[in-house]
Amino acid sequence: MTLTQQILTIGAVVLGTMLTRFLPFLVFPADRLTPKFIQYLGRVLPGAVFALLIVYCLRSVDLWQGSHGLPEAISIGVVVALHCWKRQMLLSIAGGTVCYMLLVQLVFV
Amino acid sequence: MNHLPAPAGQGRKMAAFRAALPYTLPIFAGFWFLGLTYGVYMQASGFSFWYPMLMSLTIFAGSMEFVTVNLLLGAFNPLQAFAMTLMINARHLFYGLAMLDQYKGTGWKKFYLIFGMCDESFSINCTAQVPPGVDRGWFMFFVTLLNHFYWFFGSTLGGIFGSFLRFDTTGLDFVMTAMFVVIFLEQWWKDKSHEGALIGLGVSLVCLAAFGADGFIIPSMLGILLLLTAARPRLERKEGGA
Repeated sequence: MTLTQQILTIGAVVLGTMLTRFLPFLVFPADRLTPKFIQYLGRVLPGAVFALLIVYCLRSVDLWQGSHGLPEAISIGVVVALHCWKRQMLLSIAGGTVCYMLLVQLVFV
Repeated sequence: MNHLPAPAGQGRKMAAFRAALPYTLPIFAGFWFLGLTYGVYMQASGFSFWYPMLMSLTIFAGSMEFVTVNLLLGAFNPLQAFAMTLMINARHLFYGLAMLDQYKGTGWKKFYLIFGMCDESFSINCTAQVPPGVDRGWFMFFVTLLNHFYWFFGSTLGGIFGSFLRFDTTGLDFVMTAMFVVIFLEQWWKDKSHEGALIGLGVSLVCLAAFGADGFIIPSMLGILLLLTAARPRLERKEGGA
């Protein structure tokens, strides 16, 4: 990617982010009721979007070749286990990441 | 604690700053860790510290900035970048809806409050009890500003010192996966019905298998919106009955 393309990409992300933050204030005056469908999406969309994000992170994992996605599966298991146990976001993230780094650097080389 | 009326001018700002600071300390710890990691990750992906520095200032949406690294490494496609941002940050729409009233009457600060409305700033500003005698507008302003600063400083430092790192950073990018797994879990525990999460997971996996790693995002987004819309009568009944 050229520098101009990078700037355009980052610009598109800034624009998208700002749109999601400013739109409600532009569209819905504070004295009117929010449409029911928007309220509904607000409740159910987050869970679906975070699932999509996890799949997005793992999109390049090949189950049939190399390490067969084992380092990813094990490390996600560690994140989930740590988080169910202590429920401390930073600990779960750090623990899972260190586990993954050790696995791909020392075990599944 | 004294309950004096709000002092004027500089004193009023100082009081709001002092009230806001303790609320942001947990975010301080989190943002330094994640910001540093983000900066190091960008450095390891071949970008100089200018990238995390400027991106943390202008985007200020943690998860999206991690995704942007991938976007910058992939093929040039600003439209997909824009669409992905809308989808990933769609939750901000609902933060905005919740803050419509709270941000009212804050003058010019309102623009910055909306600009800097990341998950953490929203959570504090939405739930914090502003001490009596403290100006609410300035309180929320400093919460947002401090969080923005922690993130900016962490990512810039990570970007600068990433180049001096002697250890092997292979696999560091997993921090993003781990973060989304944690956020997904938190959301899972919060949701009464898990159908939304399962629809998201199912549709994404099917689309990944059907369209491949480079083209599955937009079909997934459309599929998720479609299925959530179709499931609305049943899901709303479930919510009501729970």
